[in-house]
Amino acid sequence: MSKTKIAIIGPGNIGTDLMIKVMKNSTVLEMTAMVGIDPKSDGLARAQRMGFITTAEGLAGLEKMEAWRDIKIIFDATSAKAHHYNWGIVEKYPDKKIIDLTPAAIGPFLVPPVNFESNTEVRNVNMVTCGGQATIPIVAAVNRVAKVHYGEIVASISSKSAGPGTRANIDEFTETTAHAIEKVGGADKGKAIIILNPAEPPVVMRDTVFTLSENGDKEKIRESIEQMIQEVQKYVPGYTLHQEVQFDEIPEDQPVFIESLGYRSGLKTTVLLKVRGAGHYLPEYAGNLDIMTSAALATGERLVGNCELK
Amino acid sequence: MHKLYIQDVTLRDGMHPILHQYSKQQIKDIAIALDKAKVDAIEISHGDGLTGGSFNYGFGAHTDWDWLEGIAEHLTHAKLTTLLIPGIGTISDLKRARDLGVQSVRVATHSTEADISAQHIEAARKMDMDVAGFLMMAHMNDPKNLAEQAQLMESYGAHCVYVTDSAGALLMDGVRDRIKAFKDVLKSETEIGIHCHHNLSLGVANTIVAMEEGATRLDASLAGMGAGAGNCPLEVLIAYLNKMEAPHNSDLFQLMDIADDVIRPLQTRPVQVDRETLSLGYSGVYSSFLLHSERAAEKYSLDTRTILNELGKRKMVGGQEDMIIDVALDILKNQS
Repeated sequence: MSKTKIAIIGPGNIGTDLMIKVMKNSTVLEMTAMVGIDPKSDGLARAQRMGFITTAEGLAGLEKMEAWRDIKIIFDATSAKAHHYNWGIVEKYPDKKIIDLTPAAIGPFLVPPVNFESNTEVRNVNMVTCGGQATIPIVAAVNRVAKVHYGEIVASISSKSAGPGTRANIDEFTETTAHAIEKVGGADKGKAIIILNPAEPPVVMRDTVFTLSENGDKEKIRESIEQMIQEVQKYVPGYTLHQEVQFDEIPEDQPVFIESLGYRSGLKTTVLLKVRGAGHYLPEYAGNLDIMTSAALATGERLVGNCELK
Repeated sequence: MHKLYIQDVTLRDGMHPILHQYSKQQIKDIAIALDKAKVDAIEISHGDGLTGGSFNYGFGAHTDWDWLEGIAEHLTHAKLTTLLIPGIGTISDLKRARDLGVQSVRVATHSTEADISAQHIEAARKMDMDVAGFLMMAHMNDPKNLAEQAQLMESYGAHCVYVTDSAGALLMDGVRDRIKAFKDVLKSETEIGIHCHHNLSLGVANTIVAMEEGATRLDASLAGMGAGAGNCPLEVLIAYLNKMEAPHNSDLFQLMDIADDVIRPLQTRPVQVDRETLSLGYSGVYSSFLLHSERAAEKYSLDTRTILNELGKRKMVGGQEDMIIDVALDILKNQS
């Protein structure tokens, strides 16, 4: 079977890591072109050295090339603003789909083990954020056995793995992630917190999920979480439950006061996760990079069809 | 000498010792009393800044909006101020606070991560607010590099940058060297501020050292009401400033009265230097971790100090309260 050709826009940390993953790991996608806007960028030079088509004239540059005709999937690892422009081009070609790794979120949020099935026909899907990819599966895992009222996540990443794009747009991270906790995770209300830790050697990405749900069966919640972790591990092997799932009962006479929900009681579930990267482009501490590009790759592979999640 | 600008943090940092449980009436009464005693700025928000209410930091008795509402119109002297930590609160939260009468904001980042405050400082300037950068856990960055971070905040538009000793871990020379380094690189019109914690009993001394080196905005709270062993106690600072004849606006006797009659009775967990709070300063741990660590120690039958010590070793930064349970569970695993 011939592989489906893909292009990546944005030769930064994410774009380069994704390029390496497509090359090394994908049996259905073929890395074909890398698109940038700076002719002097290291990422473009690297892609060129590896023998891929490159252009420094943005997606319009690639659109003029012959190779464009055969490219079916475009991964956008630029910025929210640039994504609007890129989608403007891709939208004109009904045979092409775009996977958006920016916070633009023109298309629906996609978290592979949670809501892939409902988005197979969509031509523009958004990958939320690294923190969202790491935590929303857990919120959804609790929600499928005990209705989640409130989902809160804390993503801690090493300072070294937070590029200039993340740093300049930290509100987009918290807002997009919180929104997706509700939309995809199923919580009535979502909250997201991100912390940068500068420790040396760099700390591995940590994510903590807190949910407040109805009083459900703890054993069932635990099992559901463990199953979900196995689903995520299929495409991010370094994704692990770092501690036993912790439960605390919040009794009716001692409720917590949650903004926009009011006084709530129920079961608090705490899930402490660790995300070790595959070390493709940045070292293994950068699990945040890995989970984003791995989720995008898994999505791309499934979008071209006849391929189960590896 | 320039008149000193005294900012009270009783209603923000002081949220920590009571798990963010001030009632709306308490906030209003205390703010009015502080205004009458002529402090220059009153900071109000959840202890972890706007929208800090969460499982991770503790849910407040009210939202920030409920606490802030109806305060500004009662203030005759003091500026209504708030705190925003990028990664927790957002620009839209800041706008909401501004609409409730907040005139001044401090944008806080870890001492090495100033560049995540650019958006927020610029937005505050566009809203015509007074804005300060707040470099937390200042002991974790050396003077020269900390000053570079301060310069970044200045370049985004901050009117003032603070040395924020969140762990109460700095010795007097540590404060002196950091303020000097700020003085060396910041523009003369950029103010320098100091925010101390009393974990090593240096809250007042460190504030004075900073002032001697040129800090003009001094943070303090009534009866030290703040995280860990508390902040620089406001009434003590004012007494000291009076004795050294340093210019300021505040009234000592009124502040003494509010501290003892209103604030101290609220301190159900005494705000004092004891083995736990001393351990914060000694191990260089974010002062707000105190009550969370005490709770984890109780739940998992551990010594609070063991947890704090390990948090310090792992170089956890402000906001990583979720790692307290993680550390406690790791200690348990290693014991068995």
